[in-house]
Amino acid sequence: MGADPALQATIEGVLARHAGRPGPLLEVLHGVQEALGFVPKDAVPLIAQGLNLSIAEVHGVVTFYHHFHEHPRGRHVVQLCRAEACQSMQAEGLAAHAKRRLGIDFNETTSDGRFSLEPIFCFGNCACAPAAMIDGELHGRVTAERFDELIAPLEPAT
Amino acid sequence: MTATIFIPCDASALSLGAESVARAIAAQARARKLDVTIVRNGSRGLCWLEPMIEVATPAGRVAYGAVAPRDVPGLFDAGFQTGGAHALRLGLTEDIPYLKGQERLTFARVGVTDPASLGDYLAHGGFRGLRRALELAPAAIVKEVTDSGLRGRGGAAFPTGIKWKTVLDQDTAQKYVTCNADEGDSGTFADRMLMEGDPLLLIEGMAIAGVAVGATHGYIYLRVEYPHALRTLNEAIAAACEAHYLGRDILGSGKQFELEVRVGAGAYICGEETSMLESLEGKRGEIRVRPPLPAIKGLFGMPTIVNNVISLASVPTILERGAAFYQNYGAGRSRGTLPIQLAGNIKRGGLIEKAFGVTLREILYDYGGGSASGRPIRAVQVGGPLGAYLPESQFDTAIDYEAFSAVGAMLGHGGIVVFDDTVDMARMARYAMEFCAHESCGKCTPCRIGSVRGVEVIDRIVSGVNRDHNIELLEELCDTMLQGSLCGLGGMTPFPVQSALRFFPGDFHKAHGEEKR
Repeated sequence: MGADPALQATIEGVLARHAGRPGPLLEVLHGVQEALGFVPKDAVPLIAQGLNLSIAEVHGVVTFYHHFHEHPRGRHVVQLCRAEACQSMQAEGLAAHAKRRLGIDFNETTSDGRFSLEPIFCFGNCACAPAAMIDGELHGRVTAERFDELIAPLEPAT
Repeated sequence: MTATIFIPCDASALSLGAESVARAIAAQARARKLDVTIVRNGSRGLCWLEPMIEVATPAGRVAYGAVAPRDVPGLFDAGFQTGGAHALRLGLTEDIPYLKGQERLTFARVGVTDPASLGDYLAHGGFRGLRRALELAPAAIVKEVTDSGLRGRGGAAFPTGIKWKTVLDQDTAQKYVTCNADEGDSGTFADRMLMEGDPLLLIEGMAIAGVAVGATHGYIYLRVEYPHALRTLNEAIAAACEAHYLGRDILGSGKQFELEVRVGAGAYICGEETSMLESLEGKRGEIRVRPPLPAIKGLFGMPTIVNNVISLASVPTILERGAAFYQNYGAGRSRGTLPIQLAGNIKRGGLIEKAFGVTLREILYDYGGGSASGRPIRAVQVGGPLGAYLPESQFDTAIDYEAFSAVGAMLGHGGIVVFDDTVDMARMARYAMEFCAHESCGKCTPCRIGSVRGVEVIDRIVSGVNRDHNIELLEELCDTMLQGSLCGLGGMTPFPVQSALRFFPGDFHKAHGEEKR
């Protein structure tokens, strides 16, 4: 059973970019996730073969790190900081609001595939808490109202 | 005459709209046919005033903040580009008390210069430390660092010079310098601000370390949550290579030092040095049992310096101005300065670089101005998620490694998170255990299992089940984790828990379970 040729080409491209670098697995996984949005199960044996590692080693690394995803995420990724400094500024209330607004819990994706909600432990924006990152853009002092303003343009037109 | 306007590109300033402000200023200047140069500087660290913009005037830079895009037309009407009066005008930047009272050595250039400009760095004294290091014998460089009294700013406070000497003394063909930029502690952002605001300083510090111990290759292990820092560092490394401050032949000295950034993947444990090395090797970030020390067998089994961003960024000043200059700042065995990060529920949060010896109270009230909510400050957590919670009675503790140890706390990386009187300390203790369970690498049992049990025991305590017995059990569990864990994650998670129990016992007793009866 051969792997999907498109997937194979992507993985080979990423592997070629990191050829000859010491300890390249994390870099390769970053590259794959950047290209595909996640690290598909079928990519794992290809990466293992390319780096002369066992499938178990690659799987072990993919699942160790919170940043690597084995399944596709929503088109918009909403990340909220849950750490202490943000908690001191009502991050928990913000999280509850975001869950209600999006209709999902942490580490879930809406059924239309539009939003994923993820907990993050610190963006280093602790003097401007609570912090959120939406599609890679960092926001500080995020109140529930501010959250709604940021989310509104990403929601389907009604 | 061209007006020069400084608008920070620091992630915190951007998170509050600095980019929209920059666009609004550029658009207004065009519309008014005014000649302006916009410089994107780092942040001065007055985070409550971000986005804080500055203009160059003959008297010095004048600051305005916090600026929103809607303020921009009014600022131009007021002639802010030449320092005109406006409600947001803060006066000369250097005279703002928050900045004026600081002793900025490591952060001297942050917020002042354009981080992407090598020319700016050189014009502000950059690479003088490296030039001096290239004139010295390796042992003399190490001695300078040792004599400065610099201790690891990542939190462990181990003398940097001694670590370097161990690596210098190893006789191997390959050695490494690694920078731990996995700043995962909540309440800390000094590494981020420095990498975004003055990346060449870190590069210079690492090059000096490489020259000192004979390492030809360096890695910066950067957390994935810092995308802005990644861009800035990569640009700065490219500029430094082009001008031969990095590469095969540094400034014609024949010394080689090459540097690259490797990005982590969202694992707090990778801030632990041996776990970071595993991760740099492309493996699961499981910690290594010590000995051997990384200085003897580190990255890829070779002698390796592992230093925090701020430790490495302190080195150029030490080399440029001498060990005695640096050593002259500080108190007791804590020498030099510490970039303190004031965060959480605080009116004036930001970065305060001070010589060791200033008290927690001065930082919280003189600089911080009390809580953001206006309610009394009830507790502060110093040193990240593994640091103790301190009540008001401990606020006269000096910012000094030993003074903090003496009250059962730790200074760590110098982050202070402030909580007002609405905080539930039993809940914070539970969170400490929950965080440990979430981030444990799984290698040792006290951490992996203990943290899960910790959450359960605290849940029983707050719901009033066998409370006295369970408090005793929690204390025993803390002791087991403290004594039996392989690294600081399991070994220090008890600190916030024990301190919450010790200083705020009422929070474990008055909880909702009890009230329901």
